[in-house]
Amino acid sequence: MSECPVCGAEISLASDTVVGELLECTDCGSELEVTELKPLTLAEAPESEEDWGE
Amino acid sequence: MRVGLLHSLIRKEEKLLLEAFRQQSVTPIMLDDRKLTFDLESVPDIDIVVERCINHSRAMHGLRLFESLGIRCINSSDVARICGDKILTSLALKEAGLAQPPIRVAFTEDSALIAIEELGYPVVLKPAVGSWGRLLAKVNDRESAEAILEHKTVLGSYHHSIFYIQKYVEKQGRDIRSFVVGNECIAAIYRSSSHWITNTARGAVATGCPVTDEIASLSVAAAHAVGGGVLAIDLFESTEGLLVNEVNYTMEFRNSIDTTGVNIPERVVTYVLEQLK
Repeated sequence: MSECPVCGAEISLASDTVVGELLECTDCGSELEVTELKPLTLAEAPESEEDWGE
Repeated sequence: MRVGLLHSLIRKEEKLLLEAFRQQSVTPIMLDDRKLTFDLESVPDIDIVVERCINHSRAMHGLRLFESLGIRCINSSDVARICGDKILTSLALKEAGLAQPPIRVAFTEDSALIAIEELGYPVVLKPAVGSWGRLLAKVNDRESAEAILEHKTVLGSYHHSIFYIQKYVEKQGRDIRSFVVGNECIAAIYRSSSHWITNTARGAVATGCPVTDEIASLSVAAAHAVGGGVLAIDLFESTEGLLVNEVNYTMEFRNSIDTTGVNIPERVVTYVLEQLK
């Protein structure tokens, strides 16, 4: 269990969560990145950059 | 069998690939491009690298660095370099004799305006490097062309002054996205939108598209034209037949598995593991 760094909502993650994974806070809709698993740590996901894509 | 997954953020596609690898009893070694350093000498204990970066620049250079250490990469750095630049993609398609929309390339505002008027309105201005339908401009007349060219020159970074100009193709509200793995076109979707931009990243709706012989052969030929591997091809249905619009080397497929009934990540993983035999 961790909390959203934007709105403070409690967030729990699936057992197969990996570092770097993107998720969305169901309360505020912020896009978050899992930065650590132990302890579970979340950060706001980085902003899109110009060369992002497929 | 040591598979490296070159990545940054882990999106739905990467999660699906990780799961598909686990199904094959392979646990990929995670290579976060935000944490890697290279000294040009040290060889990591990896047999093959699967590229899933979000940044084109990191993908292209990271792959080249791994290749220099003798590590096979999917896709190769050459494929990334060609697909990541629309000018190089158009050249590869032209050299392979494949149909694509008419294009012009110009380096100044004045020459770009001349090129646009040669092609005839409407045209689409695209950044040579860019994706997800971002910063595309449909130019319907000379006044719009002058304004957009000036804005790109003054406000854009240097590579926005390399003008990639494509004749607008009337595509009846949809295009085709096909998926090629090795020598096979494994699936295709229609991407439909009331907007002229039909990227799913911009809200287009994905529906199943039968893989006809024409779609399969053109898609595989386009994939081979850029160097081959695991690629997604964007096709336009024009009055002159199918045209290749773009080739994508870090393909997104989250909306295409249920739509097509094809387990795309499983097919990709099978292909990767076959390369190690």
